[in-house]
Amino acid sequence: MNPEPEQPNHDEARRTFLKQSSLLTAFAFTPGPVLQAAAAEIDEKVASAFEKVPVRLDINGQKHKLSIEPRTTLLDLLREQLGLTGTKKGCDYGQCGACTVHIDGKRVNSCLTFAVMQEGKEITTIEGLANGDKLHPMQEAFIKHDGFQCGYCTPGQIMSAVACIREGHADSDDEIREYMSGNICRCGAYANIVSAIQEVKNGGQKV
Amino acid sequence: MKEQSPKQSGAIGEPMNRVDGRLKVTGAAKYSAEYELPGLVHGVLVGSTITKGTIKSIDTRQAERAPGVLAVITYLNSPKVPGFAERDHPAEPPTAGQPLRVFHDNKVLFNDQPIAIVVADTLERARYAASLVKTQYDQDKHQTNLEANLDKGFLPVQAKKNPKSPLADYQRGEVDAYKNGATKLEAEYVIPTEMHNPMELQAIIAHWEAPDKLTVYDKTQAVMGTQRAFAKDWGIPEANVKVIATFVGGAFGNGLHNWPHETAAIIAAKKTGRPVKVVLTREQMFTMVGYRPYTWQKIGMSATPDGKLTAITHESVGQTSSYEQFTESTLQQTRMMYTSPNVTTRYRIASLDVSTPIWMRGPGEATGAFALESAIDEMAYAVNMDPLEFRVRNHTDTDPDNGKPWSTKYLKECFQMGAERIGWKNRKQQPGAVRAGDWLVGYGMGVGTFGAHRGAATVRARLQKNGQLVLQSATTDIGPGTGTAMVQIAATTLGMPPEKITFQLGNSTFPQAPSQGGSSTVNTVGAAVQDACIALRKKLQQLASATPNGAAFNAAKPEDIVISEGHLSLASDKLAKAAYADLLKQNNEAEVEVVTESKPGNDRDKYSMYSYSVHFVQVHVHPLTGEVRVKKIISCADAGTIINQKTAGNQMMGGAVGGIGMALTEGAVIDDRFGRYVTKDLADYHVPVHADAPNMEFAFVNKPDPHVNALGTKGIGEIAIIGMAPAIANAVFNATGKRIRELPITPDKLI
Repeated sequence: MNPEPEQPNHDEARRTFLKQSSLLTAFAFTPGPVLQAAAAEIDEKVASAFEKVPVRLDINGQKHKLSIEPRTTLLDLLREQLGLTGTKKGCDYGQCGACTVHIDGKRVNSCLTFAVMQEGKEITTIEGLANGDKLHPMQEAFIKHDGFQCGYCTPGQIMSAVACIREGHADSDDEIREYMSGNICRCGAYANIVSAIQEVKNGGQKV
Repeated sequence: MKEQSPKQSGAIGEPMNRVDGRLKVTGAAKYSAEYELPGLVHGVLVGSTITKGTIKSIDTRQAERAPGVLAVITYLNSPKVPGFAERDHPAEPPTAGQPLRVFHDNKVLFNDQPIAIVVADTLERARYAASLVKTQYDQDKHQTNLEANLDKGFLPVQAKKNPKSPLADYQRGEVDAYKNGATKLEAEYVIPTEMHNPMELQAIIAHWEAPDKLTVYDKTQAVMGTQRAFAKDWGIPEANVKVIATFVGGAFGNGLHNWPHETAAIIAAKKTGRPVKVVLTREQMFTMVGYRPYTWQKIGMSATPDGKLTAITHESVGQTSSYEQFTESTLQQTRMMYTSPNVTTRYRIASLDVSTPIWMRGPGEATGAFALESAIDEMAYAVNMDPLEFRVRNHTDTDPDNGKPWSTKYLKECFQMGAERIGWKNRKQQPGAVRAGDWLVGYGMGVGTFGAHRGAATVRARLQKNGQLVLQSATTDIGPGTGTAMVQIAATTLGMPPEKITFQLGNSTFPQAPSQGGSSTVNTVGAAVQDACIALRKKLQQLASATPNGAAFNAAKPEDIVISEGHLSLASDKLAKAAYADLLKQNNEAEVEVVTESKPGNDRDKYSMYSYSVHFVQVHVHPLTGEVRVKKIISCADAGTIINQKTAGNQMMGGAVGGIGMALTEGAVIDDRFGRYVTKDLADYHVPVHADAPNMEFAFVNKPDPHVNALGTKGIGEIAIIGMAPAIANAVFNATGKRIRELPITPDKLI
């Protein structure tokens, strides 16, 4: 191997400095594994001091006091740290809608927003849509009209469908199609999804 | 509180709600990446930035030093995979050749080939560290353009070894007889590379529970195939590999092969001693988990002036990778769909510096049908005949490929149902003759067919003391509603309410079942469920005969046994009645279990077995912008017995939506200068969205095929898409007079 010379960026420089000043000089002759362990430990301290920020999030009515990296998207926080895997990752670019959640009642692609930006806002995921064991009317309608096949886009479709009605964009099949086009269903259950939304809209239940 | 769905008997044919619907609408259904394991860490793949060549140097030091990183694995430090030492795989599905040997050497065979995996404690840290791996290459010249390499097409190894292989050159009557025909046409057709792009990103969690014991939570359509592949790779017994795929978020074929990221995750788990999760990015879904191959086709066709086909020649060249020979049945329907005394087919593949393709919904048949059904439409115009009438005139009542009778064929019924519903009588033969405001209106049709395949499967049926029946088989459900269909088959066979029945799948420790593919799951596993339930009923009869009032049961013929609402009784003796649960208690058994294997019989030697679909579409084309809007779709299917009208109809609609994508929007584009896809996300590669999908209707003939299995099923998934793209292309011709032979039909091709 013939590696290029290192050109560390700011983060890298900071870590390198800390490692060198606190550890490398002190343990210059320490065997590799010990050194690695010590460096890893201080890495964690550096990380919690510099890389993470405290944030309070309200998710499905539950308050979470968290310390997270600013680069963590709301989607990755939900799925990887909070075990709320009902919100799906389909593209990570806001192109498929599988990650749709409600923030203060509005539909948002959770892959396109950082978790730290949501302090003080009310976040609702698919896990928080039903009222206990009583399904939300949109969930009932999706079952009845078979508005899915594999089920992976379904939480996003349902969150989006609820918002679509709330926004007043569900007055015709064509309008629903237009305002649901940010939610892709590769299985192609679109016609059934439109039927489900129409039923909820026409049923007049509060969504 | 219970769901508010009406109580359903769940009998075969009923539009019962899905048994897993509640899990799916609440977000509780768990897909591969969603299992929580203690000590789980994250792997992120680093892909090659060249298309062909060798890795000169790979510098991982910076990545290794990044926070949270546990390991950076490349070919230089990867644990050896024992199976990689073996030479080529035999010529067997899914591909002949050697699947990519991940981190095995410094060779680069396609762009974005995984060359390293970075493992860290969080996803963010792994992703950042992966960006720090620096690689230098020696580049070789690459080839990624099929049309520039058509002359390199070759006969696949299976066909070379066996002239009777379906992939071998085929001849009926005279070779290329179309050239001497009265009315003839010759045309080339191209379909681009299409990506499965299921909504769930390919994902795996690999966990070595012991040095020789592997568990994977893996997105696959074949839990047992995956088990076999990994056991072979690592030289461990199959029983030591457990594969879980309880929910699969769509696949459309790309779960029918094992891919580099799966092996990379297993290697990383081996190296770190931790469970490793790898979730592909959407870009990686374009480069390393298969695709429908770019395929060039040529059709020569001749007919008499009164519309009888006299000859068809159908050739194709599809792309494959440099390391595996991917093949599919592109030309099969040309041999059997129409009565033509002379048929020639030639199937070739060409190796390019790309990753290996894999069957995508409808697979080769959907590709072949685009050419065949377009050509049929062209020929109908050439002899000035309604394309529906032309098809009826060339309908065949026996299989011209092998002379066998069809097991069942209700294609003409499909023609009739569809033509009425779409309003075919409103179609004008003259292109561009119908208008709706500014828009040109066109009608088109296309026929699809796919073999009604059935394999062997085993089902365990366990009736518990509480009256619950649990069925198990190692199949998967990628979305069609497998569990729901199986519950309905069991409910009907045993006369039990569906709420008392659970069907468990997606686990390699369950009894054997093939992969979910080729529209064969209900044909195969459904038949096994039925057989297991019949065996269970016999066993229950034995139990009933051993009860104090059992003499009547003992003497009864099996057909005298009546089963309903969880009871066993006799038609001839109303007093002889026993609840299943009581039978167990009386016999002091915790449960009654049967394990039943079910296989196709010799009817396969006597009959040709196919499903059929006919797609009718109405399109609007804007003459100024070239925009095509599919306004109406009627799909009719002869798919044998329909187990569930609701889920089957959904599958038909899904295939139609897939066909809209194939016809109008989908095509992955490689910049051949770099060998790299320029369409690498869902903003550049356009799958149909809500606004692209019109109202659609479907209709099933719903007549059983007694030769495929006792249920009478033939399969739906593939025929739902096969023939849809040419139906749309033919409708576009009827609207505009423009014959587009290269998909997708984007506006630029119409203005």
